[in-house]
Amino acid sequence: MPVLSTELETASAEFRRRLAEMEPLIEELRTKVTEARQGGGPERNARHKKRGKMLARERVNALIDPGSDFLEVGQLAANGMYSGDIHCAGIIAGIGMVEGRQCMIAANDPTVKGGTYHPMTVKKHLRAQEIAEENELPCIYLVESGGAFLPMQDEVFPDKDDFGRIFYNQAQMSAKGVPQISVVHGSSTAGGAYVPAMSDETVIVKNQGTIFLAGPPLVKAATSEVVSAEDLGGGDVHTRISGVSDHLAENDAHALAIAREIVRTLPQSDVHSAGFDAPLYPSFELRGCAEADLYKPFDVKEIIARIVDGSQFTEFKARYGETLVCGFAEIEGMPVGILGNNGVLFAESAQKGAHFVELCCARKIPLLFLQNITGFMVGKDAEHGGIAKHGAKMVTAVSCANVPKVTVIVGGSYGAGNYGMCGRAYQPRFLFMWPNARISVMGGSAAANVLATVREDAMAAKGQTWTDEERADFKKPIEDQFEEQGSPYYSTARLWDDGIIDPADTRQVVAMSLRAALNAPIEDTRFGVFRM
Amino acid sequence: MFKTILIANRGEIACRVIKTARRMGIRTVAVYSDADAHALHVQMADEAHHLGPPPAAESYLLADKIIEIAKASGAEAIHPGYGFLSENARFSKACDEAGIAFIGPKPHTIEAMGSKARAKQLMAEAGVPMLPGYQGEEQSTDVFKAEADRIGYPVLLKAAAGGGGKGMRIVQRAEDLEAELESAKREAMSAFGDDRFIVEKFLSAPRHVEVQVFGDSHGSVVHLFERDCSVQRRYQKVVEEAPAPNIHDDTRAALHKAAVDAARKVDYVGAGTVEFLYDGADGVFFMEMNTRLQVEHPVTEEITGLDLVEWQLRVAAGEPLPLQQDDIQAKGHAMEARLYAEDPSQNYLPQVGRLQDFAVGTHLTVQDVALRVDTGVEAGSEITPFYDPMIAKVIVRAETRSEASLSLAEHLSHAVIDGLETNRDQLVQILRHEEFVAAPPSTKFLTDHPLDGIEEPTDTDYILGAFSYLKARGQHGWKAGEVGLGFRLNGPSVGVVTFEGSDKPVSVRIELNGIAGRAQVDDETYHLTVRTTVREQGDGVDQTLSVSLGDETYAIASCFWRGESEIGFYTDDRVRWLTLYDPFASAGAAEAGEAALSSPMPATVTGVKVVAGDRVEAGDVLVTLEAMKMETVIKAPAAGEVTAVHFQQGDSAPKGAKLLDLSTE
Repeated sequence: MPVLSTELETASAEFRRRLAEMEPLIEELRTKVTEARQGGGPERNARHKKRGKMLARERVNALIDPGSDFLEVGQLAANGMYSGDIHCAGIIAGIGMVEGRQCMIAANDPTVKGGTYHPMTVKKHLRAQEIAEENELPCIYLVESGGAFLPMQDEVFPDKDDFGRIFYNQAQMSAKGVPQISVVHGSSTAGGAYVPAMSDETVIVKNQGTIFLAGPPLVKAATSEVVSAEDLGGGDVHTRISGVSDHLAENDAHALAIAREIVRTLPQSDVHSAGFDAPLYPSFELRGCAEADLYKPFDVKEIIARIVDGSQFTEFKARYGETLVCGFAEIEGMPVGILGNNGVLFAESAQKGAHFVELCCARKIPLLFLQNITGFMVGKDAEHGGIAKHGAKMVTAVSCANVPKVTVIVGGSYGAGNYGMCGRAYQPRFLFMWPNARISVMGGSAAANVLATVREDAMAAKGQTWTDEERADFKKPIEDQFEEQGSPYYSTARLWDDGIIDPADTRQVVAMSLRAALNAPIEDTRFGVFRM
Repeated sequence: MFKTILIANRGEIACRVIKTARRMGIRTVAVYSDADAHALHVQMADEAHHLGPPPAAESYLLADKIIEIAKASGAEAIHPGYGFLSENARFSKACDEAGIAFIGPKPHTIEAMGSKARAKQLMAEAGVPMLPGYQGEEQSTDVFKAEADRIGYPVLLKAAAGGGGKGMRIVQRAEDLEAELESAKREAMSAFGDDRFIVEKFLSAPRHVEVQVFGDSHGSVVHLFERDCSVQRRYQKVVEEAPAPNIHDDTRAALHKAAVDAARKVDYVGAGTVEFLYDGADGVFFMEMNTRLQVEHPVTEEITGLDLVEWQLRVAAGEPLPLQQDDIQAKGHAMEARLYAEDPSQNYLPQVGRLQDFAVGTHLTVQDVALRVDTGVEAGSEITPFYDPMIAKVIVRAETRSEASLSLAEHLSHAVIDGLETNRDQLVQILRHEEFVAAPPSTKFLTDHPLDGIEEPTDTDYILGAFSYLKARGQHGWKAGEVGLGFRLNGPSVGVVTFEGSDKPVSVRIELNGIAGRAQVDDETYHLTVRTTVREQGDGVDQTLSVSLGDETYAIASCFWRGESEIGFYTDDRVRWLTLYDPFASAGAAEAGEAALSSPMPATVTGVKVVAGDRVEAGDVLVTLEAMKMETVIKAPAAGEVTAVHFQQGDSAPKGAKLLDLSTE
């Protein structure tokens, strides 16, 4: 395969400037993640540990193979939302290796509001299940939760993608042969009781885990029966009397060891571990490959050169529709078709993209989208040239593509460009953002200008005018709103993506995503009608 | 030469004899008790016969039955091994009468050497140097007082019929003699039914040196050099070596001569050992003569290159000794360690159970050192409570003594022994002990250095152990310049390893950002840096990890496994072993504790010996039950406090019912 050469001079002033602009963004990311990883904070954590229990992250570490990778998803979910301290939305989710099998792990964090389900908790739990279902990853739920966060029950309980969907998914996945395993480390009450109850196999910790539809206070109120939590629905009760749980564990560590034993009985993942070459350029250079200021262009091939094996890339249609870079490469030995933006999408770029997606689907090669897109070309020439139908071809191709898709937003993600480049709505298996990324229907100033123009036209119709100052005052809140809502943190808090990553980790994260995706067989693709 | 022999023994010595017999084309007949039905010696022999129930008195000591089996199986000779019937003159005589060769000395030799007092008399007559003492028939306290004064304090009182340390007293001062003698006599009377005593000079820190002798029925006697067996615990040898180090050539020659003289005096035929106490200042003194093949004979075989069992068989068949004295040469230094299923930290409590895995020397070869393992067990064997709990004798031969002791330590350290507590760690401690390595110790070595095999790992050990484990088992293995910990999104890479600690598990969490990071051992945090160096080596790549902790840098190259749960790594030029925490094992123990407090079957409670709040020790009787006309006693599985009692006397307890709650914290 041809090797991508780099134009990037690491000694150059430009590279240093980009690095200097990117590094504070990475610092900000690390700071937020470090805080989020604290869960309920040192005090609550200490109190939790004093009871002989492991913290949620300790449970995850003890569950996965020692020294193995964990691809966390929704790491900054609920960041800045609600009371501001619902870190990780109160549940840790991610893909880890258990006894050599890739598994989706979802661990309630009881130090965050007792592990109760806020709207984002539900959304994250459902997202974890979606990843598990699409990639056929066994699910292991480490349960310790008070159930729905009652003050927000209207946003948690009734709708389609609310609490009930968790159990619907468990049943559906179980039916499809995606194993559902629960470890009950603490309380698992009311709706929460169904997580273990709906599981294929369940472990419960003695004198610690409880499962019941109604806890002792509710029982007392309803029937005036006085009963302790342990006698009502403790580990002994459920493993000896009720059969709600299958295995009784002495403590957290024992419970997790039992869970590992259960996973050992499942079919082994086919882990792609053939030898491969590292890229020719060090990964930290990725931090200097993009611009923090998205008005400035950057070359996506410099990114590709730093994430693919041996920096080898076979470009497709290099001389046509050059604003969309398409080509074949391998990442940690896994073949992948890459689409990356080098400018606005023209009719040619869109057709090329559709063609390339068809190629990859025919060959069952997973797709990687490197998004930095302001949108499709606008204007009379473009419309007359049928940019809408050419764009639609690309959107059709991306929508229908049944190969695993992974999207990394390395810059802007605006408008229909987001659609053509496999935004969240196009169901990529995984979607990550760089900390410099922005996402909105259009740029903030463009939106402000559009609205200002509409307002101006309305005023003009009434014979009114406004001063430049008034115009600026009108635009400011719109720009501010877009600034806030276009931020990757706004996005990631709401789970519009699976996480913000350090550019230097891109190869690793994409490789882990592809490896997870390849856990499920690649299906045939049938495309819809392409408007010609 | 015999065509068939019977081996009236079990374990490693039976296997050892079978090996030589097989090499010489001799058929072997084994005998076994119920406990040994599947033992290695039974599998190895050409033919095996059942003796009886496990207790030795009902099996391996049944002289008549063994002779019967020998006759029936056509055995022309019986090898008694050591212990059991090996020094039983009546058995030797019975063999003679049955027309079966006893592979050992004549009955009268055994008899003569069997009584300490008589042996000493005979030896004194032969001019063998004797420890000043009194072995007379006159047993009055006054005689003992006078003799003790003549010998000089301290003196040692020994039961004439005794052995194994029973009935022994050290008397430091004349005024204590009478009382000590009286109490010793009482003890001897109840132990041996014989309260005759001897008194001799007590040496405070002697060495135990013994000479291997061999005689044939043609009147020849030779020695096969000496052994030093000074490292003992409760009069039991633990480490043996040949030759005995640090002895002047003249003394050595005198030793050999004395031993040969002793053997000649009693017309010695076969393999024998003359034991001496050696005290650098006072000289060499005869202790006793053993009329059998000793446990530690392999060290003599290793330095001489001879097969002592072959010699025994030839001599018993009436052949002359294969070699003359001048043809017998010694070369190098051999050392033997006795591996026991016992717990040195619990007063050498014998351990009983299944040896899950056992392998010595399979993972390690030490250059220029020969390894030999004499054993009667293999992976899967049961160690029963009925016999000596020795698992194996591990023997090495090297050029020098220090090479021998350190390589023996190395082999023991790497041995895979799974399923039972052993004295392995204690042996390794002895063999590496600077005093032991520097010079041969006295018989007081283990009294002065009560090594119990326990070395508490430091936090550094745990950290290095965690790195070793992650290096061995990490997902990626090591890449150049990169440590194979688990990737974490937007945070340091992480590796968590939990080991068994002395009282609770010890968790080590390593976090790295590039080469710098920290290790957390429980609540302590250590900063560290890590580098990897890669070296091409043969076909593969050798990757060494350098971990800098504080001012020290440690290199971690490769690590070792003992079974699946123990990991070893080098630190300070020695292997440190750590056991990975197994949540199943500790949960199993907790569950067993629960089960132990429950009624094993539907039963009537016949007695409740405790009330809530009582403190109990492990083994205390808590509740008695009766079921099916049999009493079952529920004992405390561990020390603790009774927190609740659920049944009263007269109650019926259903199967599995928890009888009481015990808090063991």
